[in-house]
Amino acid sequence: MNVNANDHPERRKLLTIVSESAIEAMLVRDIERLGAHGYTITDARGKGTRGVRNAGWDASSNIRIEVVCDAATANAIGQHLKATYYDNYAMIMFSHDVDVLRPDKF
Amino acid sequence: MSSLDPIILFFLLGLVAGLLRSELRLPAAIYEFVSILLLLSIGLKGGIELARQPLLTLLPDMAAALALSFLLPLPAFAVLRRLGKLSRADAASIAAHYGSVSVGTFAVAAAAFNHRGLAFEAHMPLLLVLMEVPAILVGIGLARGLFSKSASGKPPTHWASVAHEVFLGKGIVLLLGGLLIGWAAGPDGIASIKPLFFDLFKGFLAIFLLEMGLITAAQAPALRRYGLFLAAFAIGMPLLSALVGTATGALLGLSVGGTAMLATLCASASYIAVPAAMRISVPEANPTLSLAASLGVSFPFNIVIGIPLYIALAKALYAYLGR
Repeated sequence: MNVNANDHPERRKLLTIVSESAIEAMLVRDIERLGAHGYTITDARGKGTRGVRNAGWDASSNIRIEVVCDAATANAIGQHLKATYYDNYAMIMFSHDVDVLRPDKF
Repeated sequence: MSSLDPIILFFLLGLVAGLLRSELRLPAAIYEFVSILLLLSIGLKGGIELARQPLLTLLPDMAAALALSFLLPLPAFAVLRRLGKLSRADAASIAAHYGSVSVGTFAVAAAAFNHRGLAFEAHMPLLLVLMEVPAILVGIGLARGLFSKSASGKPPTHWASVAHEVFLGKGIVLLLGGLLIGWAAGPDGIASIKPLFFDLFKGFLAIFLLEMGLITAAQAPALRRYGLFLAAFAIGMPLLSALVGTATGALLGLSVGGTAMLATLCASASYIAVPAAMRISVPEANPTLSLAASLGVSFPFNIVIGIPLYIALAKALYAYLGR
């Protein structure tokens, strides 16, 4: 069966960004400017190519930003963050399809 | 030398526990709370004393503090570039850390001076605030090549974010806020909150240092990786800065205690305000490098060996000068 976007008006992207809390203010500004209507930030801990980031210290703490938005916005945010921050900051991004209950919000 | 101050033992406990990979860890909120209390206590104490003297007479000291913070990063940068062969960004970032100051080191010094019955000028917290910022600007300038002609092709500096981080960071807001509250309320007004901020100061400092020991221990892997040069720099630079600070203190006519405190301020290296500002303004600099130096080596060196040394230095100089 052919599934197209119109069959899923509630279908959105959940874009998850894990990065350094040092650049939180800059990331949030970029995300809002690129059209996201909202975001959720949580403190995060973990390990990656830039070593253990255990949040025990301001300078080594991580955040996880979650943004629910349409595919075009998610793509724009992803491209922009990749170009701006990947070189110098600890950052990973991934996205899922999600179904939202109140499509008008996103 | 008198018996080792117990607060230093708390630091060593944290350091050893951290090196042995103990599970001990202070909850982040507690660490945050304790550092807020320390910042406010230092501010309040300075503010009360400032209320007693006209601000104008302090202008030479304030100007000297600003100048020191502007100038100290320059020799640091030269050494890191020439001898250390570090990249421009890394050298500039580390230099900024060493031009700026560490409130933790100041707090330990204040306690150590009290322990020895050595008085120091009451406006030192004001100098502490003043010395925090200029080095950051110099660091950004050095990294961006403002002083050479190679600024093109670099990403733009987010000046608004940097200014926000620098002037509205926890350290400056609480220190300045405490100074103003202490200054406005005066000694009588502060009496009601004195038990929390002054009587318990050393207890909070002990807990703060326990956590600092753990954080310092966490720098060990990075230090092993970056090796001897960085460790040598992290000890040599504070010594050089302390000499400059001692000479400046003597020229300004500060007391023995004040001179030793100024030397301590010069010798201390930032590990809160500057890392945050550098991360935003000079992203290509490796933050592990500067933290390993300032937190892993200079902070423990200063509080265990440096402070008694700077006191002895000031005393020796004043004995020689016959003051």
